Amino acid sequence: MTGNLTLALLIGLLYTVGTYLLLQRTLTRIVIGLALLGHGANLLLLQAGGARGLVPFVGPDSGAVLDTTADPLPQAMVLTAIVITFGVSAFLLALAYRSWVLTQEDEVQDDVEDRRVFRLRREEEALRAQDAGRRVDDDVGED
Amino acid sequence: MEVLIPLPVALPLAGAGLSMLLQRAPALQRLLSLLVLVGLLGAAVALLVVVDRDGTQVVQAGGWAAPVGISLVADRLSALLLVVSAAVLLAVLVYAIGQGVADGGHSVPIAIFHPCYLVLAAGIALAFLTGDLFNLFVAFEVFLVASYVLLTLNGGQAQVRAGMTYVVVSLLASVLFVTVVGLVYAATGTVNMADAAVRLQDVPDGVRVALGLTMLVVFGIKAALFPLFSWLPDSYPTAPSPVTAVFAGLLTKVGVYAVIRTQTLMFPGEDVIAAVILVIAALTMVVGILGAIVQDDVKRVLSFTIVSHIGYMLLGLGLYSVAGLAGAVLYTVHHIVVQTTLFLVAGLMERREGTSSMLRSGGLQHVAPLLAVLYLIPALSLAGIPPLSGFVAKLGLFQAGLSDGGVLAVGAVVAGTATSLLTLYAVGRVWVEVFWGEVAEVVPDANREDAVDVGVTRTPRLMTSATVAAVAGMVSITVVAGPLYGLAERAAADLVDPRAYIGAVLVTEEAR
Repeated sequence: MTGNLTLALLIGLLYTVGTYLLLQRTLTRIVIGLALLGHGANLLLLQAGGARGLVPFVGPDSGAVLDTTADPLPQAMVLTAIVITFGVSAFLLALAYRSWVLTQEDEVQDDVEDRRVFRLRREEEALRAQDAGRRVDDDVGED
Repeated sequence: MEVLIPLPVALPLAGAGLSMLLQRAPALQRLLSLLVLVGLLGAAVALLVVVDRDGTQVVQAGGWAAPVGISLVADRLSALLLVVSAAVLLAVLVYAIGQGVADGGHSVPIAIFHPCYLVLAAGIALAFLTGDLFNLFVAFEVFLVASYVLLTLNGGQAQVRAGMTYVVVSLLASVLFVTVVGLVYAATGTVNMADAAVRLQDVPDGVRVALGLTMLVVFGIKAALFPLFSWLPDSYPTAPSPVTAVFAGLLTKVGVYAVIRTQTLMFPGEDVIAAVILVIAALTMVVGILGAIVQDDVKRVLSFTIVSHIGYMLLGLGLYSVAGLAGAVLYTVHHIVVQTTLFLVAGLMERREGTSSMLRSGGLQHVAPLLAVLYLIPALSLAGIPPLSGFVAKLGLFQAGLSDGGVLAVGAVVAGTATSLLTLYAVGRVWVEVFWGEVAEVVPDANREDAVDVGVTRTPRLMTSATVAAVAGMVSITVVAGPLYGLAERAAADLVDPRAYIGAVLVTEEAR
């Protein structure tokens, strides 16, 4: 299989930037990151079809041109994937907007376990502080 | 005969379209959904009978022969899972209708529920039936999009937060899925799974293993395997009970089905992948159940048990033997039913108690003895207490694991045994906290954004009936465990030797 180097580099770039944005805390960036990742994946599908070629319409007169025509299947798949990504992205944007309306924040909220760990840590810190305080009292008492 | 294979996909999709038109007539909408799912169940049962008698059935969509056209394939595994899924979808629909009729009216765009539910059914059916990798991606998207809507149906803050996690993780998995489809196409020049299975034999070993592992990651996210499961316990509990129930029963299992299908068909006998699968199976079981035992919320406990018990199915797959895969198939069937049932019961409990928190519940056995029985049976089955279905399925798996004799296999069986005991502890804790003890004060529902009315003592008869039916279905798995295990063994034999599957898909090309 032959491929296009520029396309390969572009795919790599899209995956890199997409992954970076996905790891951010802001919902908008996550949405954009996912869109970029989606584009990268779609281009990868296209790349999988091999080198560019003639328009893949083979009539009765065109003879054995299979080697010189482009592979139509990945293009069909990319079209499907684009439509799906488009629909889901629209839904995701609506969800991000809803989240903003509800919380007035564009950040990913802490999940249940996050909050639980945070609460436990705060409780433990409070206990430690209390302990430390008592120890200081004891020390003072002994003196 | 041929019409039976596309029917489970076409029927719910057409029903969903029609259901959209009936938005202003909720009664008709409900009737339509019921009819469609009854039809789906009928078609699935007929398909299972035909497939079990005549072997794998194939339909080439559009009349194009296999590698070019999209093949729809029904073998014993997909037909069996289709039957179970259709039954579960139907039971949950009845439950949801019961709940909707009782609570309907306030702020819930319930008219959307039915079309989405049917689209979900169509997507799940397509995922089971397709023989094409890209079509599998489409099937996943179809039911995922429906599940996004169902999960965030009420648009409350909790749902939006959970929905965001769920959608982002699913979307990431989808992107990876497209990536792996592209890579498989680049390596083999086909996305037909049977054709790819043949052509992957000529691909260098390293590339093949890499593709297999990438696919394991993609479906591992959907199936909630360790360490890719953290989205599940976070998102499922926030949805309305019927939605959670159907997600818990079916969505992860579609992921498991995809793992089993792709690994057995396209990457059979790869030692590296088998070892990875066994290790992940053990870790999924243990980590999942450790998560379950520290939770205070019934729905979160149950969500973690989903994760944990996915490990058992993976254990069966990792063994790559007829006995192992038969155990995995049986376990999948058992788990679909039992997990759905438990979430339905949890919904009833929440309704009764006004909360799904264990700490604020208590003494439910005095006020709702039937509910106690309905909880106890599936809970014990989940833990694997004989003679219930969980015991039968686990026994099959453990025997297969021990007869395999490998270090990893035996290790996974040990992990499975420990998980089984810890599951008993987890469900037992729910029992002690919720059903025993003093009768807790019922706090009426403060948050009217919820789809459910909670803290009401009156439970609609339809909801109880659906739950009773689900429990009865689960018990009947135990009763027919013998024939069912025979069927699972035949399905597993098909999986271990995929030549029949490949032959059925590709033979039509030469016949023409």
